[in-house]
Amino acid sequence: MSKLKLATVWLDGCSGCHMSFLDMDERLLELAEVADLVYSPLVDAKEFPEEVDIALVEGAVASVDDEKKIKKIRDHSKTLVAMGDCAITGNVPSMRNSIGPEAILDRAYIENVSAQPQIPCIVVPKLLKVVRPIHQFVKVDVFLPGCPPSADTFYTAIKALVNGGPLDISALTRFGA
Amino acid sequence: MSEVGTEVKILVIDEQEVSAHAGQTILEVARENDIHIPTLCYLEGLSNVGACRLCLVEIKGSSKLTPACVTTVQEGMEVSTNSERLTRHRRTILELLFAERNHICSVCVANGHCELQSLGQELGLTHVRLPYRNPDLPVDASHERFTADHNRCILCTRCVRVCAEIEGAHVWDVMGRGVNCTIITDLHEEWGKSTCTRCGKCVQVCPTGALFDKSKIGSEHPKYPDFLPFLNMMREAQ
Amino acid sequence: MTIEELDQIAASARSEREKFEHEINVCHGTGCLSQHSDRVKESIAQALQALGKNAYVRRTGCMGLCAAGPLVLVDPEGSLYQHVNPSHAEKIAASLDDKPVEELQCNLREHFDQQVHIVLENSGRIDPERVEDYIASDGYRALLMALNDMTPQGVVRQITESGLRGRGGGGYPTGLKWGTVAKAKGDVKYVICNGDEGDPGAFMDRSVLESDPHRVLEGMAIAAYAVGASKGYIYVRAEYPLAVSRLTSCLRDARRHGLLGNNIGNTHFNFDVEIRLGAGAFVCGEETALIASIEGRRGTPRPRPPYPASSGLWGKPTLINNVETFANIAPIIRKGSRWFAGIGSARSKGTKVFALTGKITNTGLVEVPMGIKLREIIEVIGGGVPGGHKFKAVQTGGPSGGCLPESMLDIGVSYDALQSVGSIMGSGGMIVMDDTSCMVNVARFFMEFCMTESCGKCVPCRAGTAQMHTLLTRICTGAGTMDDLALIEDLCSTVKETSLCGLGQTAPNPVLSTLKYFRNEYIEHIVEKRCRAGVCNMEAAAEVLA
Repeated sequence: MSKLKLATVWLDGCSGCHMSFLDMDERLLELAEVADLVYSPLVDAKEFPEEVDIALVEGAVASVDDEKKIKKIRDHSKTLVAMGDCAITGNVPSMRNSIGPEAILDRAYIENVSAQPQIPCIVVPKLLKVVRPIHQFVKVDVFLPGCPPSADTFYTAIKALVNGGPLDISALTRFGA
Repeated sequence: MSEVGTEVKILVIDEQEVSAHAGQTILEVARENDIHIPTLCYLEGLSNVGACRLCLVEIKGSSKLTPACVTTVQEGMEVSTNSERLTRHRRTILELLFAERNHICSVCVANGHCELQSLGQELGLTHVRLPYRNPDLPVDASHERFTADHNRCILCTRCVRVCAEIEGAHVWDVMGRGVNCTIITDLHEEWGKSTCTRCGKCVQVCPTGALFDKSKIGSEHPKYPDFLPFLNMMREAQ
Repeated sequence: MTIEELDQIAASARSEREKFEHEINVCHGTGCLSQHSDRVKESIAQALQALGKNAYVRRTGCMGLCAAGPLVLVDPEGSLYQHVNPSHAEKIAASLDDKPVEELQCNLREHFDQQVHIVLENSGRIDPERVEDYIASDGYRALLMALNDMTPQGVVRQITESGLRGRGGGGYPTGLKWGTVAKAKGDVKYVICNGDEGDPGAFMDRSVLESDPHRVLEGMAIAAYAVGASKGYIYVRAEYPLAVSRLTSCLRDARRHGLLGNNIGNTHFNFDVEIRLGAGAFVCGEETALIASIEGRRGTPRPRPPYPASSGLWGKPTLINNVETFANIAPIIRKGSRWFAGIGSARSKGTKVFALTGKITNTGLVEVPMGIKLREIIEVIGGGVPGGHKFKAVQTGGPSGGCLPESMLDIGVSYDALQSVGSIMGSGGMIVMDDTSCMVNVARFFMEFCMTESCGKCVPCRAGTAQMHTLLTRICTGAGTMDDLALIEDLCSTVKETSLCGLGQTAPNPVLSTLKYFRNEYIEHIVEKRCRAGVCNMEAAAEVLA
């Protein structure tokens, strides 16, 4: 049997979910036996592959770039997993929503900068007016809340996904866990 | 609290036959019998307002849903506290609450001991389908001991009731209408400049991180609202 | 005051009137007054004097056909003049004993002929502030009859037998309610008149209070006698200053004539009424919120039971009825329950007053027998949709009612029939819409109303209406998806089934009914990004999404 293709994606988040994923420690070896990590901040692939079995997405959708990415990921993934609170609720990145991107950029790049204050506009993607969870853009198959979800949560959830077993997420984790 | 009589009523809750005193509410009787009904605005020791609508139950013979916290038991009543319909509504109500203000569990002082958060988990809420409203709300840190973060308030009015009914100060009240409702101190004074007696009861009964003690952070901030029934008992005894 | 004294007042009022050969009634309802009907009255009086005509000029309450105001009715000829301004005064004065003024005549036979006036029998015919006028039209006779010849139980029985149901919207049998309050134990009981009419486009209660305030006071007094109350409150919105000032003056008159106060009709019955002004919160029309407001607290509803009938104002048994309900009482006592039960349909007796507004030729107040077809009200009495436009929907029952399409126009107006097709009778607002209305936008409008009028106490109504409004706005701006539509339907169900009071429980009705009858318009907005009425601006979509 060929191995499952697994991808992890990092949108607007702190990478804490990825850290927690790595906290599975030796259980990662167990995972490696059944799945290949085909795309991830942890590996070298630059392009999202044509076909992925399970995509774990960390982070909220905060920029036009994130929006484009999440739509592509959805199109090329069989199972899309929203990993952690940012992807599910917007979490900390969404705390700017009541303030607006202009005010935030102003504070960060103009008001508090002494030398050459300017708002970056080259290479960096344009911010969306509000940060939103990924299921506001695409269909999400599995939600794994937590900030971050624990390594045990990852282990149990991924095992269930790989084996196709039942998965009671609320027994494992919650918002802010 | 309801006026409890001596007459005994027999009723059925979730197919379990239970006995109750006349005048007891469905919620009281259910709790006595370890039948769990989710609540948010209800708190033993305070008056009941029936506002959060989480304790709605089905009563055989009625198509309407009934709030368990304010409905007194009747002989032969058949109550169902857990059905697909109830769970669906309860989840939607929790979603409405999560989307209404800015509930960021991960950075909240009540993370880990918040009643809203636990109910979300208990009812299997893994995400909120509704658009988040992201309102721009103030944080009142003018009080020397406590802070009110309106981003986390669910308008359960426990603080309003405990201040008026138990402390007797009636510093807290509700201002505005609809989604613009806000809890205020006095006539919308800053908390620190209000007639607050600094008893801290409102902080203890607040189910979320909306009212918290400045001297404590994060997980060091469990709340103990269970003092209320004892306080009432002692007062009645005197 | 005895019946004989009442007869004397009536007789002297009538003989006073007989001194004049003509009576000229000038409508002083809010609609006509806003077009300076008071100046019309003055000019007519001057013109009559100048021409030496023997006619009595009277200010009256609303004549109903607001669209044609200011209205002037000349009796005994029965000529009704429309759009009268002060410059017409001389012509009208000169026309007495001659041919009526042709160009001012309002010939809308079909508008008036189909109506049956019980509640509005005096509206537009008496001076609302002259108690003598009211007494001359059999006013306060029912009260004295009840006090002298009937037991309180007898009054309750008569109301029960009449089949009268609450006109505030719920349609609860009035006699049953009275009986419950009458049986409730309590040293003090209250009677409350709910005049907190807040539906957009509704002005039935305002008009009754402005046109015939004594009728409401009499109804309240009879109710108080029946249930054993000695104190009453009229809760009127402060936005109705004319109603308030007329009520105030009528209360004074009634007290002066011994028709309110102590020992009414030389019996042991005492009853007085106090006016309480509402600050314009829609939710205060809900009885428990209204009671909280009278008590001086924040106007928010509380769960029922206990019902006000057992624990209402200040915890005492309280009878609370709508203005129009009270306005029906005196005629029922006077003419008997069988007479009343003979009007209307099987389970909805009597008449109903509707405020006919929107895209309709004859905007105004109409009173029709229950059971009449909607089509008759709109096409015959209302004169149909003006301007060559096509009828699209009629909304009954205010913001909590439903929008009914053309195919539903042949149902008879009754509590049960309207409910069965997804609308409600409500207090009597009736808004007609034509093909220039977008039904999604209409639903959004009513949801906005409910959202801003929600008291904020219970979660589903407070947050649910706001969420539905957001989602409907998305659809109206072309940003909506089919998922949003599914969410709206889900929210409708939760808000309807779990809200604390009637406001929330009925708030989804406009959405549910438009989804039921005009679903294709929603789909067009979502899929084709098209608004067939041209109301919604779809270009805004990009803006919202960005």
